[in-house]
Amino acid sequence: MKIAIPADEKRIDSTVCQSFGRTPFFVIYETETDDAEFLDNSAASSQGGAGIKAAQTVADSGVSALLTPRCGQNAAEVLTAAGILIFKTENSSITESIADFKEKRLEQLQEIHAGFHGHGG
Amino acid sequence: MPDFTDMAAKNLKIAILSGKGGTGKTLLSVNLASTAADSVYVDCDVEEPNGHLFFKPQWNIEKEISVKIPQVDPNKCDGCKKCVEFCKFNALAYINKNLKIFDDVCHSCGGCSLVCPQGALTERDKAVGTLSVGDSEGVRVLSGMMKTGIASGIPIIKELLTQCGSLEDDRPIFIDCPPGSACIVMESIKDADYCLLAAEPTIFGRHNLEMVWSLVRLFEKPHSVVINKCVDQSDPTDEFCKENRIKILEKIPFDVELGTLNSNGKIAARENTKYRDLFSSLLEKIYREVPHEATVNSER
Amino acid sequence: MKQLLILSGKGGTGKTTVASAFIRLSEAQAYADCDVDAPNLHLITKHSKAPSRKDYYGMPKAEIDPDICINCGKCMENCRFDAISANERSHFVDPFGCEGCGVCKFVCPVNAVSLHPSVAGDLMLFKEGSVTFSTARLKMGSGTTGMLVSEVKKQMKESAEDTDFAIVDGSPGIGCPAIASLSGADMVLIVAEPSLSGISDMQRIIETARIFGVIIAVCVNKSDTNPDNTNRIKDFCKLEGIPYTGSIPFDPMAVKAVNKGMSIADIDCPSGRAVKEVFNETMHLIIREGKDVQNDKNLWAATH
Repeated sequence: MKIAIPADEKRIDSTVCQSFGRTPFFVIYETETDDAEFLDNSAASSQGGAGIKAAQTVADSGVSALLTPRCGQNAAEVLTAAGILIFKTENSSITESIADFKEKRLEQLQEIHAGFHGHGG
Repeated sequence: MPDFTDMAAKNLKIAILSGKGGTGKTLLSVNLASTAADSVYVDCDVEEPNGHLFFKPQWNIEKEISVKIPQVDPNKCDGCKKCVEFCKFNALAYINKNLKIFDDVCHSCGGCSLVCPQGALTERDKAVGTLSVGDSEGVRVLSGMMKTGIASGIPIIKELLTQCGSLEDDRPIFIDCPPGSACIVMESIKDADYCLLAAEPTIFGRHNLEMVWSLVRLFEKPHSVVINKCVDQSDPTDEFCKENRIKILEKIPFDVELGTLNSNGKIAARENTKYRDLFSSLLEKIYREVPHEATVNSER
Repeated sequence: MKQLLILSGKGGTGKTTVASAFIRLSEAQAYADCDVDAPNLHLITKHSKAPSRKDYYGMPKAEIDPDICINCGKCMENCRFDAISANERSHFVDPFGCEGCGVCKFVCPVNAVSLHPSVAGDLMLFKEGSVTFSTARLKMGSGTTGMLVSEVKKQMKESAEDTDFAIVDGSPGIGCPAIASLSGADMVLIVAEPSLSGISDMQRIIETARIFGVIIAVCVNKSDTNPDNTNRIKDFCKLEGIPYTGSIPFDPMAVKAVNKGMSIADIDCPSGRAVKEVFNETMHLIIREGKDVQNDKNLWAATH
């Protein structure tokens, strides 16, 4: 299955970005084959509504799940509408988070924070 | 006390602003409007309106202010996503054959309805605040209040000033501006004939006066300063004004009684003669300033 | 990084005075001034080196090329922000009114409109040893204040990654700059003023802060200027289950200290002593954050 993770750099050994909407990149990881590709997040430089735009990018990439430390209301609405499950990462390493997911150690994200009304950070 | 009715030019608009909150904008605007007796007071600080607490007017009109937000006809939408791509504010997303519209991020520019090739987008109203009009002892009070959670008060300020513009009398208008120098302040002073800058005699006060002074000069508004809560003969703000040859119209000394009256929501000028005289004298000075400034400007 | 945000709702209540005292007392290694419209914190915090600066780009602005413009008026007709006017030669955009929405560009039949990046402010970062201070100044007349506030906090977080605790001097009001100040805050201390205006504004900022589910606490500054109102505020907090962390008296020495660029915690004075108490109470709350602080009437009682 394909999953997405916000990434600080375009490297698999990088860290999970703490912001979903303004992450510079997303890593799209295929768990069956361990293939990874990186997407630029055009929402990173948006004036507002970054979470919404980032969620659209993730939804368009065809993933079934997103691993992230946090997510805003507006972004969550978009992801849920696309049928994408949102899991909360516990580790700051991308590779560790993928391992956590594969081994079913991750829980679904419960605390969806209030929309930042276009001004999050 | 002088008769002010003939002193003010027709519909003279005086904006009272300051770079920083808590310097006495509302104290000044409320008391000046009150002293002018037959006047209009407009509270443009729509995030935290306070003027009505002093006037306690009889409200005659309450109007809901709304902005336009898009809505989609799913039968006409064919998923081309031109609207999603157009929106500079990222207020739209298209997921699973469904267009999602995010009200709180939308800036009501109307662009998406224009770009939609299928005509699937129309607009609906979303309430962002209220505008109230009332009277209090000869002062017409216009107050706007923004709903919490809304990002911008500009639509409400625009409506407040439009209402002022449509007044059928000649009364002077005192505009209580929001603090700072951002776009909402600009909106409030756009049509002002004269700007009164309230400042504090502290380094913060000076720093913030500098910012709002740049704004009034950019807009080429005649202006002067009132320093409020003065303790010493000289202070950083006073020095700044002298260095830059900005006219100080009045220095109101720090006064516990005035502060107490104000904190209890009392209009000092209505409470006792000492303050009635203070604001009366200030009002007179302002009225004398305006034609003078107008003359100077026209000579440039 | 835990963030303590100082807010007030109303301006002039003493947010920056309290924030600067807290910074001194906590020896915070990271702090930020989010009042980008009227930043003042740098006037009290001492920095020997100049900050590094960065342009902040707000929304792009539209520009009409007068040589291409045919004065058809479609742009003005469609501009929702009254940002376009005309003379006999051409139409033109008021950059202060323009929100960068792109509608004029879309409707122009001759492609006379272009959108350009526009500098809306100035970001500054002071970094000395282990101390990070992030601030910014909005260019006057700009919008997108909220975005700049977010940039100030982001700059602070990125520069002080290993720091556990940061203090943020927030934006006044309840609009987008205050909302942007709130995002990412773990706790908010509201500095209220005992006046009718102050009480009204305090209630509105509490309403705004509640949307964010952060821990909220209140203190009153210049409390002795109106003891009745101070009591009203205390009663309000009790009813609402909001912790009240203390009262600071009006103090002429505070103004003298501030004018000398010092915080009230730097000198021995009544407000300085009171702010220390408020600081202690507030810090207790942050430490106990895991417990249900909001709506805990026993906790309210315990802080008195």
